[in-house]
Amino acid sequence: MRDRIMYVLATLSAALLTWNLYKIFMILPDEKNQGAIYRIVYMHVPSIFTGFTGFFVALAASALYLITKDLKYDAFAAAVTEVSLAFASIVLATGMIWGRIIWGIWWAWDARLTTMLVCWLIYFGYVMLRRAIDEPTQRARLSAVVSVFGCVDIMIVYKSIEWWRTQHPAPVLSVRDGGGMGPGMESPIYWNWLAFMCLASILVMVRMRQESISREIDSLRRMAHAY
Amino acid sequence: MSPFLRATLTIAAKDLRSEFRTKEAFNASLSFSVVILVLFSFAFDPTSEQMQAISGGLLWLVFSFASALSLNRSFARELQNDCLDALVSAPIPVAAIFLGKALANYFLLILVEITALAVFALFYDTHFAAQLWPILLVIALGTWGMTVIGTTFSALTVNLRMREVMLPTLVYPMLVPALMAAMTLTTDLMNGIPLGGDNLLWLRVLTGFDFIYTLLAMVFIDIVVVG
Amino acid sequence: MTSPPAQYQLHPAALDIDGVYKYYGSFPALRDIRLKITAGSTVALLGRNGAGKTTLLKIIAGLSKPSEGSVRIGGHEVREQATRAKIGVLGHGISVYDELSALENLIIFAKLYGLPDPEKSALAWLERTGLDRVRDGLVREFSRGMRQRLAVARAFLHEPELLLMDEPFTALDDRAIAVLQELLADAHATGRTIVMSTHQLREALELATDVVLIQRGQIAHAGPRMQEMVDDTGWLYRTYGEN
Repeated sequence: MRDRIMYVLATLSAALLTWNLYKIFMILPDEKNQGAIYRIVYMHVPSIFTGFTGFFVALAASALYLITKDLKYDAFAAAVTEVSLAFASIVLATGMIWGRIIWGIWWAWDARLTTMLVCWLIYFGYVMLRRAIDEPTQRARLSAVVSVFGCVDIMIVYKSIEWWRTQHPAPVLSVRDGGGMGPGMESPIYWNWLAFMCLASILVMVRMRQESISREIDSLRRMAHAY
Repeated sequence: MSPFLRATLTIAAKDLRSEFRTKEAFNASLSFSVVILVLFSFAFDPTSEQMQAISGGLLWLVFSFASALSLNRSFARELQNDCLDALVSAPIPVAAIFLGKALANYFLLILVEITALAVFALFYDTHFAAQLWPILLVIALGTWGMTVIGTTFSALTVNLRMREVMLPTLVYPMLVPALMAAMTLTTDLMNGIPLGGDNLLWLRVLTGFDFIYTLLAMVFIDIVVVG
Repeated sequence: MTSPPAQYQLHPAALDIDGVYKYYGSFPALRDIRLKITAGSTVALLGRNGAGKTTLLKIIAGLSKPSEGSVRIGGHEVREQATRAKIGVLGHGISVYDELSALENLIIFAKLYGLPDPEKSALAWLERTGLDRVRDGLVREFSRGMRQRLAVARAFLHEPELLLMDEPFTALDDRAIAVLQELLADAHATGRTIVMSTHQLREALELATDVVLIQRGQIAHAGPRMQEMVDDTGWLYRTYGEN
């Protein structure tokens, strides 16, 4: 059943991505201020959406683990966080490339990019922490707490950086007021988000399966040592 | 005096007493911060205007680096003879153990910071006398934020291998909003700009950060330490 | 319809372990532990390394939570503060601070246990464990045996009704063993309940009224101490297929 869902999602996201790529490169015209490079928005923004969705889902999964103590939520939280971290990396990479072309510098301390970087660092800490703990139940408990603390932090960071920016104005990457996006230029962003979400779901499922298998192996190893 | 408060103060007094008998964490933090202050003079022209503009940031870098040394010791101190087990099995809430340790850390850090502040003034000819009380307020608030996060993660990482590496990896990204606020406020105050206007916003961020994480820590500390 | 007669239990068991499981991931370290221990008994918890003795003692002491099931002490939850005041725990470590003096250590714990006169209790226990002459010495400078006696004093300080001890005789010197045995005999005589895990079968069985054998996280045997066990310390293990 799970396999079938994965195949359906894979087909869906492959079809969507192909169609979107065709539309983005072959149909849509260049943007009037930025030229061809603006197309990176179709990777950048859907990745932001996917990444942040993931971090909030991870918060919910971590809270559920702490309430139910069911390790399946822990596997879910871990899988979602890791996949979101991958999308956050895409955001950082595409943001930097875009900044290099438009502003001439790789990193302009743009508010959203900075928030994403802090986010990335926090969840990188989460992944590091998981690797440092061998016992699965302890790992689940401690990393769930870190996930809750981290997510709260991101909300504070998000607001603070917005304020910081209002004091120190800097160029802002924005689809809407960056100017000149014609009709029909915005919708591929959302279609790509859908495709990315399908892709993310597949990755999460694969990762969750790994997580449960590695827990099984850990338990067998403990059994071999104990008995 | 309520039993909670009595337990908290007993723990705090115990930590301070054993710390002042060896002065391990205190001496390490203090000498480390002085060394960093000296090193800064090579990184920047210590007599320039630029120095004034970044003074707040430098000061908080010193504080946050120095804090890692003593926060690391906080719960590790209890590992030595399995003392943590004795504390947890005593009829006191885990939150009281946490708060006692946090208060002891806070006191130590403030002591180190006041000394570092004096050294800073001596070396770099900074003028904070005009805004002394607001600066002390910001230091008091910012240090409490560092203490709460640091003590919580000290408890969280106490049983891990690679504890010394894990603690800073987790703590510094979490501290971003608090440090951002404290740095902005301190720089302005050092340049003689009184609290008010936009800066009140940063005071709110700092206070909010302290409040939210004190609350979260008190709620989650039982899960972290006992399960 | 009449409701079934209520069940009265006038004296709740000193220690009631009901259906306790402990999982590490998917690995069950403890499986369905059920044990009612009446007040005044001295229970020797036996089993190989890794059988689950320490895990069980930590759960009883409230240092770790069971994945399933419950532990009640005198009818109350372990993590209730009033319950913890009645437990004395002596674990693998000595649980006293090296940088503090013997007296300071005991006063701190007396305060944490809310004793009315911390200093008086601390001094009394230093005397009972023969440490009164070095009361102001730092624990760091103590010999191994003195440290262990201080650890014993710390565990007995608040006169607990339930004593939980993990391998109490391991690595003790002769004097500390003598002190501990005397205190345990005294505790038993005054009706306190004692649960200890141990490898030192002879010392434990001399004191025990009951014996519990744990194998692979399960109770393999639980019952009163029998003379066979004392005469031949290998008897129990052989009976349950261990060597």
